[in-house]
Amino acid sequence: MDTATIRVTRYRPEKGPEPFFQEYKVPYRNDMVVLDALNYIKANLDGTLTYRWSCRMGVCGSCGASVDGTPKLTCASFLHEFKGRTITIDPLPNFPVVKDLVVNMEDFMEKLVRIKPWIIREKETPPEQGEYKQSAEELERYQQFSSCINCMLCYSACPIYGLNEKFLGPAATALAYRYIEDSRDQGRNVRFPIVHEMEGVWECTLVGECSVVCPKGVDPMLAIQKTKILGATNAIRSILMPRGGR
Amino acid sequence: MGLEHHNHDIVIVGGGAAGIRAAIAAIELEPKLDIAIVSKVYPMRSHTVSAEGGMAAVLRDYDSFDSHAYDTIKGSDFLADQDAVEFFVKEAPREAIQLEHWGCPFSRDPDGRISSRAFGGMTVKRTLFATDKIGFHLLHTLFQTSLKYENIRRYDEWFVTSLLVDNGRVDGVTAIEIRTGELVTILGKAVIIATGGCGRIFQFTTNGWIKTGDGMALAYRAGVPLKDMEMVQYHPTLLPNTGILITEAARGEGGHLLNKDGERFLKRYVPGKMELGPRDILSRAEMSEIKAGRGFDGPYGSYVHLDLTHLGEEVIETKLPFVKELADRYVGIDPANEPIPVRPGQHYQMGGVHTDIHGFTGLPGLYAAGEVACVSMNGANRLGSNSLTECLVFGAEAGRAAAQFALKQKSPDFGNPVQGLAMSEETRIFDQLLKHETGERVSTIRTDMQVAMEKHVGIFRDENTLKESCREVGELKQRLRNGIVEDKDHVYNTELVAALELDFMLDVAETIPYSAVARQESRGAHYRTDFTKRDDSRFLKHSMAYLNRGLPRIDYSPVTITRWKPEERVY
Repeated sequence: MDTATIRVTRYRPEKGPEPFFQEYKVPYRNDMVVLDALNYIKANLDGTLTYRWSCRMGVCGSCGASVDGTPKLTCASFLHEFKGRTITIDPLPNFPVVKDLVVNMEDFMEKLVRIKPWIIREKETPPEQGEYKQSAEELERYQQFSSCINCMLCYSACPIYGLNEKFLGPAATALAYRYIEDSRDQGRNVRFPIVHEMEGVWECTLVGECSVVCPKGVDPMLAIQKTKILGATNAIRSILMPRGGR
Repeated sequence: MGLEHHNHDIVIVGGGAAGIRAAIAAIELEPKLDIAIVSKVYPMRSHTVSAEGGMAAVLRDYDSFDSHAYDTIKGSDFLADQDAVEFFVKEAPREAIQLEHWGCPFSRDPDGRISSRAFGGMTVKRTLFATDKIGFHLLHTLFQTSLKYENIRRYDEWFVTSLLVDNGRVDGVTAIEIRTGELVTILGKAVIIATGGCGRIFQFTTNGWIKTGDGMALAYRAGVPLKDMEMVQYHPTLLPNTGILITEAARGEGGHLLNKDGERFLKRYVPGKMELGPRDILSRAEMSEIKAGRGFDGPYGSYVHLDLTHLGEEVIETKLPFVKELADRYVGIDPANEPIPVRPGQHYQMGGVHTDIHGFTGLPGLYAAGEVACVSMNGANRLGSNSLTECLVFGAEAGRAAAQFALKQKSPDFGNPVQGLAMSEETRIFDQLLKHETGERVSTIRTDMQVAMEKHVGIFRDENTLKESCREVGELKQRLRNGIVEDKDHVYNTELVAALELDFMLDVAETIPYSAVARQESRGAHYRTDFTKRDDSRFLKHSMAYLNRGLPRIDYSPVTITRWKPEERVY
């Protein structure tokens, strides 16, 4: 039988303070994703191997890990995409590890709240008055940024976040920009100071790794750039017209 | 351990569409309420995320509430409660527009309004969509909106193990904080169960790993009946290996189902609707074609073709981008050039925790909404795109009802017997289950359950296979008593959680063949080869499974008929 070797970096805090490596041999099929291999191990070889997963169709965002050094959704990465029959799986970099491949993502959850990811309006309209209209062009302006599945691959790939966890980071900035660009939202002036003043977009040196690893085609680097431009325009306007325009 | 407890006004179990919608509805009714959402995953991982095609609501002049209601009732094979359906269709537009106001990125028509598409069993275009990722967008919109309410507190990655029932009312839940492995009591004046379906009982399912029927088992063990559990929906278009769902929107946009002769075989089964027929009929049609030797043979079973090649790249690109992505990634097919292999598989549980229109289960303080619940508005077969709307309409209603109840209640005491119940729960999990040193792997028992259910409680059923299934589940329950959890850690013990989930699943699984064997007729998704006709004289009623000395006892309750007399269901 054809086999593959899965080499996992493990960490079990109740067993000891140091991470260790463990290798497992799994049956190999051409249509197997990395998650299938992990599930095979968990069900048949070692019930203690620990990782998150659910939808196994690339949309719930649970199953991220570093596969042969690159942040990936394990449900969307086939074994055959990696060279050789030994594949190394590590927890996503840049996060504290809870156990094995499970990382602590509370930092992102707090950042998500800080950017106020909801529609802000001066006045709510009751649903009885119908939907807010939006043109295809208006939708297009923010649509891709609304596709973020919060999988954390971009934070893992981001060298700035690796050095400074106060950096707002790619996904949270993309989501802030998603609301800033939504024609239904009027919260721009509330959100701008947040993205700009809290170790936000200005820390980013536009390395662009975030956009490369995103499994959903979101371009957080573009969001960061655009936020910088909008921010600069806003700053100038506030100097020239401190009380705003009429 | 065993003594720590938290206190809230309302405890919501589950953080998907129904749970979050309930939380927001409750807090909007009374902002002072202290609400907890307890979810075994971060809420944005909830299975709502996987819904693709759209959500139904009457928003256009060409449509009407009566039309949506009739389609739903006919789709249900007249087992839906018509008062629930009427309430549902009237509330649906407001919920859809509220979701739009909260920011859901719906696809738009040239006039700037929300786009709608055709869907199975719906006579007009009323399925609102956001490309083919409505579930993802709906869930993230709701979750992100919920973050603005400070009084909605979250217990992310906490696994609820039991309901605390004392003196005829619910006082809260016990839950394991997965990250630490501590069992904690979370008290509430009201509890809303919103944990979704139980698809993982079956081997071949669209459902995510987390869909283990937890809430159904919680309620069932607390004495609430599970209604219409024999009504299991098999969706006609899953990728053969993985069970990944290819949305009905692919047919709504004009896709065809073909057998190996290249024939649109549905003309023999549902000529009036063809690919837009309801899911129960289409799934049976595919199986009949395969049995007649007109399917394709593959390594993962026989299948038919879903052909989108005539739609053109632009339609696929703009309206079905996720179908394109899934077909490309998982079967290496560009749907613009090649048909997609599909076969039917488990998708949705019409049955569930018995509730009334307000989500009330009959047990004081306990409410349920979403797929976990059975109001019933889906009867014997749910129409595609009604379930997300159901989560919103009945999630909101359950949230309001629970809030009104909680406002009149005093906080439960953390004295006896609640504390005693929590302590015995701790014993059950940590001193018994986790301490087994020898025995069978829980994963083996789980796989055997999935294989058995797939084999004997499938699309075609008869008395022999169903009785065999009753016996099999009983045996599996015995085996689980000697199941072992290899991982003895407290920290993030997913194997322990999986064992508790399997314990839930087996209770829920058992109700399905027991209810199915008793229903000696064919109706909607429940098809008996030994009773092929619908029998209104004997079975125009809901089955109600009660847990009785460890086994399901099947009783019945009447179906509410308001304006639509049961008639032959012909498409």
